[in-house]
Amino acid sequence: MFKVIKKLTSFLAMIAVLFAFTTEAMAKKSKTLKNTQKKGFVRCGVSQGLPGFSNADASGNWTGVDVDVCRAVAAAVLGDANKVKFTPLSAKERFTALTSGEIDILSRNTTWTLSRDADIGLTFVGVNFYDGQGFMVRKNSGITSVNQFKNGISACTNIGTTTELNMRDFFNSRGISYEPVAFEKADEVVAAYDAGRCDTYTTDKSGLAAQRTKMKNPDEHIVLPETISKEPLGPVVRQGDAVWEDIVRWSLNTMIEAEEYGITSSNADSMKTSDNPAIKRLVGAEGELGAAFGLDNDWSLRIIKQVGNYGESYKRNIADPGILPDRGPNQLWTKGGILYVPPAR
Amino acid sequence: MNNKIKKILPQIITVLFVLGIFGFFTFNAQINMDNRGIDFGFGFLTQESSFDVQFSLIEYSGSHSYARAYLVGLLNTLLVSFISIIFCTILGVIFGVARLSSNYLIRNSAAWYVEFFRNIPLLLQIFFWYYAALRALPVPEKAAPWFGVTYMTIKGYYIPSFIWTNLDIFLYSILAVIISIIIISTYAKKLQENEGKQIPVFFISLGLIFLLPALTFFIGGVSLDFEIPALKQLSKTSYVFDGGIGLPPELIALVLALSLYTSTFVAECVRAGIQGIGKGQKEAAASVGLTPNQILKLVVMPQALRIIIPPTTNQYLNLTKNSSLAAAIAYPDLVLVFAGTALMQTGKAIEIVSITMLTYLSISLAIAAIMNWYNKKIEIKEK
Repeated sequence: MFKVIKKLTSFLAMIAVLFAFTTEAMAKKSKTLKNTQKKGFVRCGVSQGLPGFSNADASGNWTGVDVDVCRAVAAAVLGDANKVKFTPLSAKERFTALTSGEIDILSRNTTWTLSRDADIGLTFVGVNFYDGQGFMVRKNSGITSVNQFKNGISACTNIGTTTELNMRDFFNSRGISYEPVAFEKADEVVAAYDAGRCDTYTTDKSGLAAQRTKMKNPDEHIVLPETISKEPLGPVVRQGDAVWEDIVRWSLNTMIEAEEYGITSSNADSMKTSDNPAIKRLVGAEGELGAAFGLDNDWSLRIIKQVGNYGESYKRNIADPGILPDRGPNQLWTKGGILYVPPAR
Repeated sequence: MNNKIKKILPQIITVLFVLGIFGFFTFNAQINMDNRGIDFGFGFLTQESSFDVQFSLIEYSGSHSYARAYLVGLLNTLLVSFISIIFCTILGVIFGVARLSSNYLIRNSAAWYVEFFRNIPLLLQIFFWYYAALRALPVPEKAAPWFGVTYMTIKGYYIPSFIWTNLDIFLYSILAVIISIIIISTYAKKLQENEGKQIPVFFISLGLIFLLPALTFFIGGVSLDFEIPALKQLSKTSYVFDGGIGLPPELIALVLALSLYTSTFVAECVRAGIQGIGKGQKEAAASVGLTPNQILKLVVMPQALRIIIPPTTNQYLNLTKNSSLAAAIAYPDLVLVFAGTALMQTGKAIEIVSITMLTYLSISLAIAAIMNWYNKKIEIKEK
């Protein structure tokens, strides 16, 4: 009898401990920031390899404009842009990884849509690349416009993307019957298209340009001029941690605004003595902007010094490797583009 | 009294413990979902899915509901499992018997076959068939016809489709054949039990199967036309076959890999079953004057089947569950369509994953139930 009671109490104690964990988790407000500082690295979800956005080299160093967003957050909250742990995710896995708490930022060329933002426990913090869906075909097919697509065309793409939905809208509105062939990994899609399984490969145009560089013979393929959708790509965080959301949003905004004011990684320190108060605020020489997030005042200076401004990041990752030399809409609003961020003040 | 408590209390505690764990997980999931503003519910099943699927047995497009998309995925899973189970059984029986052959070459090639396909991981075999074997096939315009009317290309295997007139009369004739075969075999059994006479049931049945449906073509007004796939130009350099039925290469690769892999296990079950029958049984049967055919049919097989069925059932279950590897090569099965695309588009992870798990569980239990029923039918009836 005594043994039975002992078993019962230990069982009850176990239940009590489990419940205590849940309630404790609910009480704290910026859990993510605290956890990140405790761990010493930012947990960032990226793609499984998309040149220009998030791509690992042979020695495992990640580069790309999506990667730079995570690096900027690491620089702001931990003081070191290299303190990031990258988790490569397929399109299918990405949101579950974020909502289940496996990662804290998802920076993986992800399209901002209403249902994703409102319905599945995610919050989009901004746009770091304005994109649109396009089609790639073999050059020798003679196709130069989507108007030449005919019934029975087979199209390779990724599952779990807005691409799948846009593709249907596009072919449906034109009354063209098509065969969708959807793979889980981008590499599989490219391999299938390259082998001749599909007549066209469709995804975001930036993705097409990037994947083209990986093909056996990039010159044999062209991206058609038409854009069939709006694809604003940006970093995403879990819903329910407003402070963390703000940190990620303003880390991205800092990079864009730094470009606007001409602050670069090399001249950031000297900008502290600038006459322009907006510049002084961005390099931490005026105001107490970091306090709002529970950070010190040099958080934005560290982002600019260690990661650089948006223009530097774009040039380093997308323009110089020849993926998309023309910035198109991803140019500052002052130079004819649509990059426009709220002021840091 | 004390003894009774000692017996019951641990059981009550175990039940409470299990309930507690489930309760905790539900509670935890609920709180976390509330925090992130995720709703729980199955309302999404009636919403428009707005994505297309490459290959479907029923009419489906993105304007149908998520529930319909689920059905498409489920049917595709069942289709690939059904075809593979048939092929793996045929191959398994052939190679299982071949392993016991007295011919050195046949016995050893069967052994090599079994050892080779059994010991390579299934996913690797799927990749081999899809990425290596089928990718090496010609593009449609360069494909040479097989049997004159079918084409094997990198975009799939194109076969003629049937165009029936008065198909219902043809189907009724098949139904009539099935009923008459049942009547004849019951009559033959009675005749043998009562008078010891035997009638050639097999040949009568065979004759009926061919004769009656053939008659409908001449008298019933049934006719069959073929739509032969024809090459169609999409652009300067790309072509596709139009008309007929196109079997996607993803389906072919999956069936090949699943049936070859599972057939090796079935072969081993068959071999074990036949070897499990004592030599004395055959000798005893021969000594009462049964012919070799009768020995196999009446003595060896009924006993061997009892040994073969239970482990083979396991292999069928494994095959069905393994078919979920389809997602790796873009075959639109339940996992790819429902637990893949639908999950991504709705974000209802908990709901969709639990539906998918329940579905696989139900399919497996159904197969197990059918095989158990069959096993019960053929087991020794002790009086």
